[in-house]
Amino acid sequence: MAVIQVDRKPLTFAERTYIPQILSGLKTTWKHLRSTAVTLEYPEQRPNIPPGYRGVPTLVKDPHGREKCVSCQLCEFVCPPKAIRITPGEIPPGSPNRQIEKAPQAFDIDMLRCIYCGFCQEVCPEEAIFLQNQYSMTGYTREEMVNHKDKLLELGGTLPDKHFKWEKKLHAEQEGNAH
Amino acid sequence: MTQPAKPDLVTVNVDGREVSVPKGTNMIEAARLAGVDVPHYCYHPKLTVVGNCRMCLVEMGLPAVDPATKQPVMDPATGKQKINWVPRPTIACATNATPGLHIRTNTPSVKDCREGVMEFLLINHPLDCPICDQAGECRLQEQSMGYGRGYSRFIEHKNVKPKRTQLGPRVTLDDERCILCSRCIRFCKEVAKDDVLGFVDRGSYSTLTCYPGKELANNYSLNTVDICPVGALTSTDFRFKMRVWFLKQTNSIDTESSVGANTVVWSREGVIYRITPRRNDEVNDTWMTDSGRLLFKEVRQENRLTAVQVDGQASSLDIAIHTAAELLKAGSVAVVGSGRSSVEEQFLTKKIADTLKASTQLVARVGQGDKILLSADRNPNVRGALVTGLINRLPEAQLSQLGAAIDAGKVKTVLAINEDLSAAGLTQAQLGKVAIVYVGTHANATSAAARVVLPTLTVFEKSGTLVNQQFRIQKFHAAIPGLAGAVNDLVVLGKLLAKVGGSSAPTDLTGVWAQLVGEVAVLAGLSFAKISDTGVVLNASDFANLVFPEGETLHYKPAAASAPVPA
Repeated sequence: MAVIQVDRKPLTFAERTYIPQILSGLKTTWKHLRSTAVTLEYPEQRPNIPPGYRGVPTLVKDPHGREKCVSCQLCEFVCPPKAIRITPGEIPPGSPNRQIEKAPQAFDIDMLRCIYCGFCQEVCPEEAIFLQNQYSMTGYTREEMVNHKDKLLELGGTLPDKHFKWEKKLHAEQEGNAH
Repeated sequence: MTQPAKPDLVTVNVDGREVSVPKGTNMIEAARLAGVDVPHYCYHPKLTVVGNCRMCLVEMGLPAVDPATKQPVMDPATGKQKINWVPRPTIACATNATPGLHIRTNTPSVKDCREGVMEFLLINHPLDCPICDQAGECRLQEQSMGYGRGYSRFIEHKNVKPKRTQLGPRVTLDDERCILCSRCIRFCKEVAKDDVLGFVDRGSYSTLTCYPGKELANNYSLNTVDICPVGALTSTDFRFKMRVWFLKQTNSIDTESSVGANTVVWSREGVIYRITPRRNDEVNDTWMTDSGRLLFKEVRQENRLTAVQVDGQASSLDIAIHTAAELLKAGSVAVVGSGRSSVEEQFLTKKIADTLKASTQLVARVGQGDKILLSADRNPNVRGALVTGLINRLPEAQLSQLGAAIDAGKVKTVLAINEDLSAAGLTQAQLGKVAIVYVGTHANATSAAARVVLPTLTVFEKSGTLVNQQFRIQKFHAAIPGLAGAVNDLVVLGKLLAKVGGSSAPTDLTGVWAQLVGEVAVLAGLSFAKISDTGVVLNASDFANLVFPEGETLHYKPAAASAPVPA
């Protein structure tokens, strides 16, 4: 294999002082010192979540404070990683929500399995499950990473909406037949 | 097996396709034979035709005949006989096939009819699908998708009716969902012979209800839930338990009595949620008893045996089998088989008894038959024991002979297969005199007194065959995995057989069937795979002189000579 000798040019005087290189480097540094920051001081500062963001799935209540889920189990069925597990139950007689008849006894979402695809939100006929802004889930054990019904409702809160099917049903039941 | 006489066939034309159907077939069934679905609600193949839902409207035409000369009128354009189409639609359920009948199900007028009927049915139907148990197997859902308009023009208030009426101990009615098809009413009147249901009021006020002072409490009430095309009648037990699309369906057999009703077991992840009947026109049509639907509760009963025990101490299977074999090989053994075991288990039991030269007996269970689908013989497989040769005479309810033999000291060891000996008439003192090897599913006085307890599987956890009262051999399949700790019966019996000196001792279905076809004459040529889902009738001529305790049931008539004998 042939060996090619490359001539190394000697440095000029200015190059040997290193001053032009230091100054041009400092120019970049000074430029960034004066510009606005592009990173956040997480966790003290939190990012703005854009609309349509798919965070942790949560259960929401309607403006009357009623849990909207009726445990139809469509989200459980559609969930690709099988993260959702629902135990359906009957609403007992005497409850103010008796006209709905059905509510989840237990509603668990395993956040170690969830892939944040949003199918559950899309399939829900009662608009009860939403992927909201919550993006940070941590825990020390596997059990801590399973969101139970209470946690899901706490995370979800109340959403303003106009979905009052069960209210209409209650009024219809109370007023009787309109004939 | 005899071939049924060939019925008279007539040729009908469904949507341009010629198909031969038996005479008297209605247009829905004729179209079904031609592979064309005619939507319907009130029509049910096993009930009378009322024609009140109007969903099965089709166009009907007959070959034209000149009224004066009775000669066929030919169509010059096609050269064939002219078809006179009835100007208005006809209900397909109430019109029988006649020669040359023409049916059209795909014309714009039929489509309009279906959309119109669907719209009327849906105006007062509540939007309960998310909470309705019928969702997923609802005819109204399916047909509004298939034949409906797709949107609603109804802006008025929907009707309000009672939502949670208890029609009986096992059936809950949601009146708003009812589409007034009257299947349940006809079922109670015609099949259950317990006429308790009817409609009251008129028009959109019409409501299904029980006659005053009566309730839907007969042992067939849950069939009304099965045949309800919508979610109006729901099973109180299954209500809100699980959506049906999660449930795995496994074909099984009802072990409640010797009728052997064909069933489907619905389970999810090892838990059974419900049992429904499976259509078998030779055995149970499309019905089954309510009591048979509750049998799955035994799987997780508290007294289920889940640990192998030797002298009351938990042990391993091999040690227990060894101990049991030592006890049995000591001689003076009596084997108490079971009419609830499968044919395969009875065959292995017989081989164990033959190897030990032991006497064999079964325990009879006789109750009151209801002449429909509950026979007097509550053992599902006494005939299997006869076929395999485990017994050669009919069992008795009391094991008095065995008791006498124990008292006389002739029997030192008893191998009991899933039978409670004390319930069969042996006293506690008699149980104490013998060493008992108990192979069974649930704890009882016998398992408590047993030296060796080998826990086994229920009918829902294993596969096998049963021979019903018509000598029809029918298959059941494992719906769920066995409870932890319980061992498959065939494994227990096969290992036991090997230990007591049996020459070849198979421990699985394939192995047992390889021997069954060789050693049991009436099963020759069969195999587990060859038995169809509706079963195979065996040659019963060897047992023609036995007098079985059963009376008549839906598809079984006892031999003329045999009168029911008191238990």
